[in-house]
Amino acid sequence: MKIRAENITISYKKKARCIKALDAVSFAPAAGEVTVITGRSGSGKTTLINIMAGLLKPTEGQVYYDDMAVYQADDEQLSAFRNMNIGYIPQGASALAGLDTMQNILLPSVLAGTDKTADAEKLISAVGLERLKNACPDELSGGEMRRLAAARALINSPSVIFADEPTNDLDDENAALILKLLKAQAENGAAVIIVTHDSAAFAYADRVYIMDGGRLFNKENEHEDTLCRPLVS
Amino acid sequence: MKLSFLPVLNLRRKPLRTIALIVTAMVLSAAVFGGYIFIGALQKGLDSLQQRLGADIIVLPEGAENKVDLQNILLQGTPGYFYMDKSVTEKLAAVEGVDKLSTQYFLVSANAECCTVQVQIIGFDEQSDFTVKPWLKEAFGGDLKDNEIIVGAGLSTRVGHTLSLYGVKCKAVGKLERTGTGLDTAVYTTNETVKRLIRASAEQGIAVLSKQSPEDVVSSVYIKAADGADIDELASKINTDIDGVQAVRTRSMMTETADKLSVISESAAALTAAVWVLAAVIMLTVFYITANERKREFAVLRTIGFSRKKLSVLVLTEALITAGAGSAAGVMLTALGVFPFVKVIEHKTALPLLMPNIAAVVCSGAAVIVTVLLTGTAAAAFSAHRLSHIDTGKILREGC
Repeated sequence: MKIRAENITISYKKKARCIKALDAVSFAPAAGEVTVITGRSGSGKTTLINIMAGLLKPTEGQVYYDDMAVYQADDEQLSAFRNMNIGYIPQGASALAGLDTMQNILLPSVLAGTDKTADAEKLISAVGLERLKNACPDELSGGEMRRLAAARALINSPSVIFADEPTNDLDDENAALILKLLKAQAENGAAVIIVTHDSAAFAYADRVYIMDGGRLFNKENEHEDTLCRPLVS
Repeated sequence: MKLSFLPVLNLRRKPLRTIALIVTAMVLSAAVFGGYIFIGALQKGLDSLQQRLGADIIVLPEGAENKVDLQNILLQGTPGYFYMDKSVTEKLAAVEGVDKLSTQYFLVSANAECCTVQVQIIGFDEQSDFTVKPWLKEAFGGDLKDNEIIVGAGLSTRVGHTLSLYGVKCKAVGKLERTGTGLDTAVYTTNETVKRLIRASAEQGIAVLSKQSPEDVVSSVYIKAADGADIDELASKINTDIDGVQAVRTRSMMTETADKLSVISESAAALTAAVWVLAAVIMLTVFYITANERKREFAVLRTIGFSRKKLSVLVLTEALITAGAGSAAGVMLTALGVFPFVKVIEHKTALPLLMPNIAAVVCSGAAVIVTVLLTGTAAAAFSAHRLSHIDTGKILREGC
């Protein structure tokens, strides 16, 4: 699947000031690669992946998955597309409190109308949560919740994965476990986009970008105002 | 796991909030259903009483109201008796504007004679009666023979059984439908049988008549006015021209009762409406507060692929489950709390309550459940709209 974001600009008002969180960013992560976006807090990293996941409409610009213009699709169509094709690991705790670990992981597949219990068992094992399969979210630590969110994002074998600080709250061992899991998804053909401050993630990246002041730079050409990648790879 | 279980799992997660919503819906449905049953029973009781009185004017001995109020006999079932000279009948028949008239005898059974309570015995004239027989036919088709009685629904005597009144064995040949009035604990028979009972009472040393013979007295005279006659004028004329009697318009008697019942009905309706508004506000508030608490949860559901429509359906389904459970419980509790105690309620409130039939109760129960479901859904609709239109990106970024 070819993904591209074209001239993404998003601005909002804060105390009568107009702030551009993203300023004409164009970005085309490649399938089969791990793309890491780093940068200072508030630089626009999360905003960019939210826009690319179809969760936040930009002020200007468009996101394309092959020929589908995300912000021209209706909500039902886009939601169904997101369910089947996009895995999203949000920042912070995201376990759904009414469901146990297994149910949380299975939910996207249930929404898609498929039975992926066997895949869920494998993912639970891969993220090291076998013991906590039937545990409620309030029994999980912050790190365990991050691993749960990662497993849930992968249950429908998405072709695009957005991970927002996936190694937060994780010790080195578990951080490596998650990053390896994401790398494996890329090796299976998925486009993996990781937003992180964790430099350990760079070792798993095929490309690293820096977000600064609402603009995206290639790490090798840091602070040069150049387009990070060709729009079409 | 099925997607349809998600609302139930969400409700189980917050048991206190869920119980609060269910209890609110339960109180609302109990109030609406209880109010409906009460108002309906009052109206039906009044209609039934009006239908059974069937005359334009009732003539009673003057001062009878001081001794035993006819309304008490009719509405509350307080047994009583009173008599006036039978010659009144001829005088009344001669009054211009009187089309038909018929006499009745009132008598009360002796204490602990046949039944656990004193029974009102009402005798009517089989030849001239136009007030009792039309609805008596529903319980018994033929003419009553000597010592045959028709019993009210409130008495335990069954058809075919005998009832001993002043030592006279009287056979029950019919049983009346419930009216919700004092007439339910009455026994109907012919004037001749009542006269026999009066004589029997004297033989037992219980003198209901001190000097007169039962042949010379009547308790009341029911009058049907001639077509075109002014009933108010006729009643006034009787009161002026005939000594020792008082003519009461049944309609004015009923109007007084109806007015009283109308005030009670309106108060009950106002109370029900107030509970309804309060419950709707509580549900709206709970759903509103809940919506604020659940923004992040719904943002996560959006990342998974829930559409706005699916999120709305999720919130509304949760509302339907709580409102449905609460309203069903409220209707059942009201039914269990009211129907077994109808007699006690009638006695305590001294109102002519006639419960609707089972089909009407089931229909009204279903209507109340639907009404509460709609109220709960409407209260949740605003929250459903808010939660389905959250700014997912902002909430995921800022965490609120």
